[in-house]
Amino acid sequence: MLGLEKKDFRLLMIVVVLTMLAPFILNPFPAESALGETFNAGYPDLMQRFVIFGIFAIGFNILFGLTGYLSFGHAAFLGVGSYAAIWMMKLVTLNVIPAIIMGVIFAGIFALAVGYISLRRSGIYFSILTLAFAQMSYALAYSVLTPITGGETGLQIKSTDRPMLSNLEPGEIGRANLFGMDMRTSFELGVGDWLFTFNSGYYIAAFFMLISFYLAIRIFRSPFGTMLRAVKSNQTRMYYTGLNARPYTLAAFVISGMYAGLAGGLLVAMDTQAGPERMFWTASGEVVLMTILGGVGTLIGPVLGAGAIKYMENILSKINKDILHEWFAILPDGIEDFLVTIIYPFVGKGWHLTLGLIFMAVVIFLPGGLVEGGQRIARLFGRKKAKGDGEEATQSTPAE
Amino acid sequence: MSKTDLTRRGLLKTGAVAGAGVALPTIFTAQSAAAFTNEPTGGSVTLGFNVPQTGPYADEGADELRAYELAVEHLNGGGDGGMMNTFSSKALQGNGILGKKVEYVTGDTQTKADAARASAKSMIEKDGAIMITGGSSSGVAVAVQALCQEAGVIFMAGLTHSNDTTGKDRKANGFRHFFNSYMSGAALAPVLANAYGTDRKAYHLTADYNWGYTTEEAVKASTEAMGWETVAAVKTPLTQTDFSSYIAPVLQSGADTLVLNHYGGNMVNSLTNAVQFGLRDKQVNGKDFQIIVPLYSRLMAKGAGANVKGIFGSTNWHWSLQDEGSKAFVKSFGTKYGFPPSQAAHTTYVQALLYADAVERAGSFNPCAVVEALEGFEFDGMGNGPTLYRAEDHQCFKDVLVVKGKENPDSEFDLLEIVEVTPVDQVTYAPDHPQMGGAEASLGSCNPGA
Repeated sequence: MLGLEKKDFRLLMIVVVLTMLAPFILNPFPAESALGETFNAGYPDLMQRFVIFGIFAIGFNILFGLTGYLSFGHAAFLGVGSYAAIWMMKLVTLNVIPAIIMGVIFAGIFALAVGYISLRRSGIYFSILTLAFAQMSYALAYSVLTPITGGETGLQIKSTDRPMLSNLEPGEIGRANLFGMDMRTSFELGVGDWLFTFNSGYYIAAFFMLISFYLAIRIFRSPFGTMLRAVKSNQTRMYYTGLNARPYTLAAFVISGMYAGLAGGLLVAMDTQAGPERMFWTASGEVVLMTILGGVGTLIGPVLGAGAIKYMENILSKINKDILHEWFAILPDGIEDFLVTIIYPFVGKGWHLTLGLIFMAVVIFLPGGLVEGGQRIARLFGRKKAKGDGEEATQSTPAE
Repeated sequence: MSKTDLTRRGLLKTGAVAGAGVALPTIFTAQSAAAFTNEPTGGSVTLGFNVPQTGPYADEGADELRAYELAVEHLNGGGDGGMMNTFSSKALQGNGILGKKVEYVTGDTQTKADAARASAKSMIEKDGAIMITGGSSSGVAVAVQALCQEAGVIFMAGLTHSNDTTGKDRKANGFRHFFNSYMSGAALAPVLANAYGTDRKAYHLTADYNWGYTTEEAVKASTEAMGWETVAAVKTPLTQTDFSSYIAPVLQSGADTLVLNHYGGNMVNSLTNAVQFGLRDKQVNGKDFQIIVPLYSRLMAKGAGANVKGIFGSTNWHWSLQDEGSKAFVKSFGTKYGFPPSQAAHTTYVQALLYADAVERAGSFNPCAVVEALEGFEFDGMGNGPTLYRAEDHQCFKDVLVVKGKENPDSEFDLLEIVEVTPVDQVTYAPDHPQMGGAEASLGSCNPGA
């Protein structure tokens, strides 16, 4: 169905169900309980981040997972997409659709320029070139292009902005909308002690994520995708057969840049501001981490990786000493203090440490990322399938 | 035999019932009952402390968090009460805010606007925070302030010195107690004229980002007004760690004064480089060469070590101040943590108390009532002497300290000495001052959300 094989279609349907039911899945604990206050992730901002960075990682995976070209500068396209989107909102219309389209277009053009130059080299030289371009973009946005990018303070929609197509009252601060629907409109469903939030912005972002995911499946399964895998496997051999790999890699680079631009445009659509930090090299590194953590070259992996990292950044980093003391309050004082002392370095400001440990564990024990972990668990508990069966559903076998 | 035929009437009925069923839950949502965002309903109220816990300003963030914890303790009636005893407004009773116990959530801004907004949003959407405060960078402050304006909660800015926060980017829901670049310039100029004369040639090195620009503009404007000449103003990349290549041209330029519009690690490195190059032992135009650092903090002075000796700068507050408020704060902070508070800790502590007091006086947590209570509010007893929260731009106007690196420090905390307390009149400006965004800048109207 939809031009997909049965297994891929099943995977797509699973993702559709998961994204649509995310408010339930991410709020497993009662809202007022200690666990709920800490671990519930089903609030609009974080859910939006999950799917937006999911898009970013899916796009990155098309380049990295298929061709093996490791770009260290993809945050630059995210940033360009954001700036294009916010200028569209400031100047033309507050509707998010044109803004997102502009984000994709500008990121695509910029990716074409960067890719054209960077792809002349491969391996580490390619990575360093993209890194250099990204840092250059960051420096430009931070200081030199301050009139366009707002410099350190970034860009927001201000009361003095008068988009051409939006009728705003004087002094009114425009808000991002989809044909009149505010991105922040939420519908809250209370069931007993549980509270589930359905946010319009999240569902718009999720809609784009599903389209991106579907497109990614089609690309993975297409002859074009096969060609990209061939590039990863052995480029020299391809040249000997008379194939020029560069148009294919450049196309993959631009496509992944446009995915990043889409993510950047969506970030602005959900939260109308853009700043240079989202182009900083650590932001580029983050998407690499997401892809590797989730599973390079798999369809669902990057989305899982993005979710895992954003969850830790937003949830683990908020656990402070007081919350820990609350958890262990029933224990005797000595043990309570001991446990808090042990755990505290790993949460709050130490969330990077936990992330690092998990990353190490994944790389050492699950080279295929979280996806491989999932498959192993499924194999343990599920029906004992033939080994190759479950694997193909989600993981594209490496070309080597 | 059962019939399953659909009639028109039956379909309408079913549709109406199903529709009502779908619509029902909306009636019971918290949103529809509340008059404003995150109205506290139980016996407690949640404040959001959004500070940098990782990244370049983590030290300041840690000190801010200490101050917030102290403020919460005092608001809930614990500890010795600190500045609540010296605060001119006596609305706070030590029983929380409006009888509700104060609770708090913390977040990590990472000194990045995106991360700070994500963290603030989670405090508002998930934890139900009624007020967000903190931050240690102007970019972050401007971004989070705009977020709070949209969401309908109050933002009490932490450490942010750029003019823009209450200048061109001011917002009705945002307030700043900390001073700004303009005030630094205005406070420094007369002291510099006294110490170094009115006939000097200044060379500026400026960190290449927004805060650097506003500081350079402010210091240039105020020193030129008293007769100084600006020879050159050179931008330096923020990531620069070695400034020697920027220092060498200073001597050839004929300038006799170097102004370092740098902050944090930048300032530590550039000042160290300048001193190593022997700038301070040079004589130019028949005068001793001088270095000036417009914004000082104790943490920076500590980093620069002996190099700060005798160098002028401005600061919002210093723990050696001898007024009752400062003494009370230093005492309770020192008792709890074992060392004196930084200016970051002071400003955030004061902001937390000012917010709580405004809610008490307004009798409501509604952001618009709080805005009304804070606008034009005059108070004393929080250090810095009598202070006004100006209604036009939500900026605090108070005395500004001009400090100098101490020649013979007694301890690692005693690095700066107060040279002059610049009276508030000297640092006051018009709300539509060109450096503050001119006539175009406006607060907009307060937003209670919901």
